[in-house]
Amino acid sequence: MRSVKAFIISYLILILLWVVLTGWRGDELIVGSIAAVIISLVFAPSLSILADLKLTPLAIMHLALYLLVFCIELFKSAIDVARRVLSPSLPINPGIVKVRTKLKSKLGRIVLTNSITLTPGTMTVEAKGEYLYIHWIDIKSDDIETATNTIVSTFERHLEVIFG
Amino acid sequence: MMLLIGSIVCILGSLFLFLGAMGVLRMPDVYNRMQAGTKATTLGSMLTLLGIGLAINEWLPKLILLVLFILFTNPISSHALARAAHFAGIKLTDKSLRDNLAEDESKEKSNA
Repeated sequence: MRSVKAFIISYLILILLWVVLTGWRGDELIVGSIAAVIISLVFAPSLSILADLKLTPLAIMHLALYLLVFCIELFKSAIDVARRVLSPSLPINPGIVKVRTKLKSKLGRIVLTNSITLTPGTMTVEAKGEYLYIHWIDIKSDDIETATNTIVSTFERHLEVIFG
Repeated sequence: MMLLIGSIVCILGSLFLFLGAMGVLRMPDVYNRMQAGTKATTLGSMLTLLGIGLAINEWLPKLILLVLFILFTNPISSHALARAAHFAGIKLTDKSLRDNLAEDESKEKSNA
């Protein structure tokens, strides 16, 4: 069941890529869909990680919300770094903190760590089980709970619904 | 008109790229440099590519694909570099407040 779902998702991604690259023309579309079926069949067993993605309407709504939140955070992070670089005193209090994530699925954790790396002043250095070690450019709190609330929970709220 | 908007977005993007390069010069240690080098350059290259796409509309879908690839691969590469640097034993700068990862690792070693 999981690999069937992975097959469907990887097929959809591949066919979307094909349409974007070649345009919507009949004969090329046939070739593309055959190639996508073959590639998805070969790689579906090793792509079973994709099956963590839920396809309910609620999950899709949260996916859209998540993308919006992510774009805003990306802009904020770039401006934040630019501000720190430009100010003459270089205002940083760096260090590595430990946070805990509630997400169970592997794909969810991958997306979470990537989003943390792209948000203001934080970068994932190491992930061990449910603990993430994060390099924080401006440490505001000492214990795990507060750090978790500040760094992780913005994304976790949406990712919990999308990946479970 | 679209050409003008595209050019402005492009200039914004190159401004962010410039600031990222300045961050790499000014920051004190590897990890902080990585922070500047990841964030400012991700947004910078995204804006530059989107600006080109806005100016020349038939390239837009392919450039959006490029933006997606940058968005997926950039954080992974910087994470891999930071992790490798930490395990190779590169110290954090003296201004650093704490290092939980190094503490946990030395605990594991003393237990084993």
